[in-house]
This record gives sequence, C-alpha cells and structure tokens, in this order.
Amino acid sequence: MSTRAGLGRTGAARTDPRGGPAARRPRAALDRAGRWVDALFRSHAALVYVFLYVPIALVVLFSFTAGTRSGELRGLSLRWYGTTLGDQFVIRALGNSLVVAFSTSIIATTFGTIAALALSRAPRVLRTVLEGLTYTAIIIPGIVIGIATLLFFVNVFGWLNPWIAWLWSSLGLGGRPPALGPGLHTVVAAHVVFTMAIVIVLVRTRLAGMDRSLIEASGDLYATPWRTFRQVTLPQLAPAILAGALLAFTFSFDDFVIASFVSGPGQPTLPMYVFASIRRGITPEINAIATLVLLVTLTVLFVVQLIYRRQARQAEALRAAAERVEAEFDDLAAGSAAAAA
Amino acid sequence: MTPPSLATASTSPTGQKTAGGWRIRLATALMLAPMSAWYFFLLVVPLGILLVFSVGERAPEGGYQPGLTLENYVNLSTRATAFGNTLWMAAAGTVLCILVGYPLAYYLATRAGTKKTVLLILVIVPFWTSFLIRTYAWLTILGNTGIPALLEAGGLGRVVLLNTPFAVLLGIVYNYLPLMVFPLFVSLERLDKRLLEASKDLGAGRWATFRQVTLPLTLPGLLSGAILVFIPIMGEYLIPALLGGGKVFFVGNALFDMYLQSRNWPFGSAAAIGLILVVLVAVSFYLWFGSRGRVERQVSLL
Repeated sequence: MSTRAGLGRTGAARTDPRGGPAARRPRAALDRAGRWVDALFRSHAALVYVFLYVPIALVVLFSFTAGTRSGELRGLSLRWYGTTLGDQFVIRALGNSLVVAFSTSIIATTFGTIAALALSRAPRVLRTVLEGLTYTAIIIPGIVIGIATLLFFVNVFGWLNPWIAWLWSSLGLGGRPPALGPGLHTVVAAHVVFTMAIVIVLVRTRLAGMDRSLIEASGDLYATPWRTFRQVTLPQLAPAILAGALLAFTFSFDDFVIASFVSGPGQPTLPMYVFASIRRGITPEINAIATLVLLVTLTVLFVVQLIYRRQARQAEALRAAAERVEAEFDDLAAGSAAAAA
Repeated sequence: MTPPSLATASTSPTGQKTAGGWRIRLATALMLAPMSAWYFFLLVVPLGILLVFSVGERAPEGGYQPGLTLENYVNLSTRATAFGNTLWMAAAGTVLCILVGYPLAYYLATRAGTKKTVLLILVIVPFWTSFLIRTYAWLTILGNTGIPALLEAGGLGRVVLLNTPFAVLLGIVYNYLPLMVFPLFVSLERLDKRLLEASKDLGAGRWATFRQVTLPLTLPGLLSGAILVFIPIMGEYLIPALLGGGKVFFVGNALFDMYLQSRNWPFGSAAAIGLILVVLVAVSFYLWFGSRGRVERQVSLL
C-alpha cells in the first residue's frame, strides 16, 4: 500500500543477492533440473502471450483484406476502412458511445471522489449502509443492473408521462405533450451506478494509504484547509482519481449488456451496433471497426499512462520537499535547544 | 474494508466538537448527497421493483401485472440447464484461469528479471481493449474457415469447435485471465523470497517448497483472483451468445430472452433474483473461506 515500503523492499532485494529474484542468480548456479523448470516456465509464458495476442492480431490483419470475406487475406487494401468511415450508422453509434462514456466518466469521477472524501466523516450507520451499497453495486452482475434499471425507468416514465400530459393541456399548450423516454441519458444513469462505486473504492484505498504527516505539516505551516486540500491531498489522490476516470470511461464505452436494456430505440451504442452486425453476418467491415476501436483505446491508455507518470513524479517531488522541510525544522529545533542550553 | 481514518482531516481534525461543527456536518451531507441519491434511485429502488415484479404475474400482452405468487420461483426449475451451465462453467473457467495464470504470474514475479514490468503490462493491455472485440476475434478462429479447416486440411477429419462448451470456456479464459494474473502477481511478488531459501536449506525440494510455502502464502491472492473472475462469469452474456451460439447458454442469455423476446418480466425478475442469490452465496463463501484461512495462518505462525 505505501510506496515507502515498496521502495524499501526493492532496495533490500538489490543489496541482498540471496533475497533477489532467481533470475539474477548466475546461470551456472542452476542445476540441470532447475534449467528444465526454468525452460518450462518460459515456454508456458510465451504460449500464453501467443494465446493473448494472436486473435487480436488476426482481426487487425484481416481488416486489411481487399476481398469481401472475413477470415482471409486476399490482397491488401484500405477499402474496408473507407466503408467504415463512410458508414453513417457506425459514425452515429460511435458518437453515442463517446457521449455516454464521457458523461459517465465525468459524473462518476466527480460524485465518487467527493463522496469518498466525505465518507469517513459520515455517521457510522450511514457510512456502513453506503459502503454496503458500494460493494453491492460492484458485485451485482451488469445484466441485473440493466434489468433493474429498465424496470425502474419503465415505471417512472409510465407514472410521470400522464402528469406531464395533464400539466401540458391544463396550461393550454397546443400540440403533442413531450414524453420522457429511454435514451442515452438512461444508459449514463445506469453506468454511473457501478462506475461511481469503483471510483469510490479506488479513491478511498488511496486515502487510507496516504501519508498523514504531509497534511499535518501543511497545517503547521499555516495553510488553510482548502489550500491543504488543493496542494497536498489532491495531488496525492490524483493517480487514483485518474485511474477511476479511465476505468469508468472504459467500462462505459465497452458495455454492451446494460446498454441493450436501457438505451432508447434507434440509439445504439457502438458495441450494440457491432453485436447486431456480427449477428447479421461477419464482414471485413467489422474487423475494420474493431481495429479502429483498438487504436482509440490504446491511444487513450498511452496518453493516460504519460499523465500518470508525470503526476507520480510530482507527488514524489512533493514528498521529498516535505521531508526536506521536516529535516530543516528538526535542525532548527535542535539548534535553538542548544542555544537555550 | 478498513475504516480510512484520515481522509479529510484537512478540513479540520477537531472540527466536530468546535463551534464550526455544523458547517462540517453540512459539507459532509452535501458531499454525500449526489452519491446517496444515485444509489437510492438507481440501485435500491430498482432492486426493490425487481423483487416486487418477481412475485407478480405476466400480463397477457407481455410485461407485468400485479400479483402475489411464488410461481415464478417454482418455475425456475425449468431453467435449471441455464443455472447448471452457468455454475459449472464459471467454476471450470475459474479453475482454468488459475491453472494458466498461476505459472505465468509465478514466472513474472520471480523469474522475468528486468522484463517484468513490460511483460506484466502486456498481460493487462488486452483487458483494457473491447470485450466484445476480443470475443469476436475467436469467432473467426473457431469458425468453419478457421482451425477446423486447418485440421481438415491436415487430414484430421471434421471437428466442430464453435458452439460447444469448449469454445465458451476458451472465451472465458481468454477474457478473464488478466483479472486472475494481476492479484496472483501481487501476492507472489510480496512473498518473502528468504522463506523459499530457508525451505531449500532445510532440504525441501521444489515441489515441497511450493506446496508448503509458496501456495499457502499466496492463497489470499489466489482467492481474490478467483472471486474477481468467478463473479463476472456468473453474469456473462456475450461469450455464450457469440461462442455458444444458443447451444451453450447461461442465465444471462435466458434473461435476455425473457426480457427482450418473450417479455415475461415476472419470470425474468425471479431469474435475476436467483442469479443475485447465487452470486451472494459465492461471495459469502469467499469471505468465510478467506477469514478462516487467515485465522489458520495466524495459529500456525504462533
């Protein structure tokens, strides 16, 4: 949990050769059986990586076919990418998915983070209930969340719409009264339930492992609570918040099951569109869509990784600075004690 | 679930008892309000409605009409195949993930040397890519033009791979392996390597060391991995839908059918409640097993 302990561990491994990983031992020290075991582990790992990556690689490869059948490579071309990008249904589904995933990520991260900050100060009973609900939201299968949310919205809309119609006519407004219905907003509402729970767990774990002395030091240095939060607490929480936002985005962007229950008619998300296309028959176009989606997710992952590293460095710098200040304080205190003596 | 102590000590550690206490309480309430409202309206109320629907009756035109009957639950026995498939394949999938994942995690944690980080990231990257696409990728490989065609060309006769339990299990291991490897890796890396040296010095062979030292000490990681994998497989829909092709189906597939096709909502609600109960039993078993293991380890250390 604590980075310091982690640093200590690797440090120990470096100085104590016997505590270090077996791979650092000289090869000659391994007996014949040991080499066999090593080779076995190595080949098992290699096979697993082949297993993990070959299917994805084949999808990417087949997306470049010039032929019309999926699962074979007849000449190289980009024709299926042209088809995909010119397909307005694909573009619209992609747009829907991006809107849903961004909204889910922002709402879940904001509400989840502020709730995680306040949760430890809540009365014990309320805290227990909210913690229980958080874990419930995480362990309940997505399909159950989809069904339960569908039932909820069907009931709420069925109950609200007559009232809206009544209000509409009693206000003397002409035309058809507006009716509430399912749409992208209902998908976001359902996605936030479990992604917010994930953000809460991540941020609270980070809070529990946080260095308390920094907060105290900040108070000792006359920072206001808000300033302490902004300059000390928040930077330390940033990696957890970022990870939560990324997870929320990915889960929401990737979700097929919940969206198929609660999305509105004629507003499919990208996974819904792809699933329906697969059911109609596999074409190289699906491979092209899949490749584009892979490209987008990997880019996002890479960018987030860069931000994450920068922030980790900043947090480390902050900690180092705090330790320096602490040491100087100790020196000062020792100095004044000596002077007094 | 340790109570995080400090968290927002920044706001004022002693605030509760001073004159500013009400402001802190108000701030706390406001900060918890959106989350509580969301949980109440979109988790508690929906689950309540699900419970009410599960004892109702199917309206003639589909959907729901009020009622008070346990018939839906009794009728769940007609869906025993779906529940049976879900249970045995979730268990088998979890075991397979352990069998494939443990040696890999062990290799990564103890033998991969400097390539460790890169190799670990390579295990996790597929987890971040689309689940649907990962499952779809196997459709071509296992389909008629894929491996079966290769086998036939090699003179091994016709084999059907798609729409079999094998295909579904393959999809499960493929998709959930990263979730198993990660906790295993963490617990294997935390393992004090001096214990292994000590075991060796005391004359234990590789297998004895693994069985008596490594395995017991990494059991918590193994359990976390198992529960991380087992629970989502229980609610799986996509893998059986794509690779099981209607021949191998889970509770999730039955639920899709009951809600979106036959529109028997009360029966579907009962099945959903049944699924929740099975998951809860699994989690309780995990918690019980985990706590028992901890006590035993403490005793043996004493």
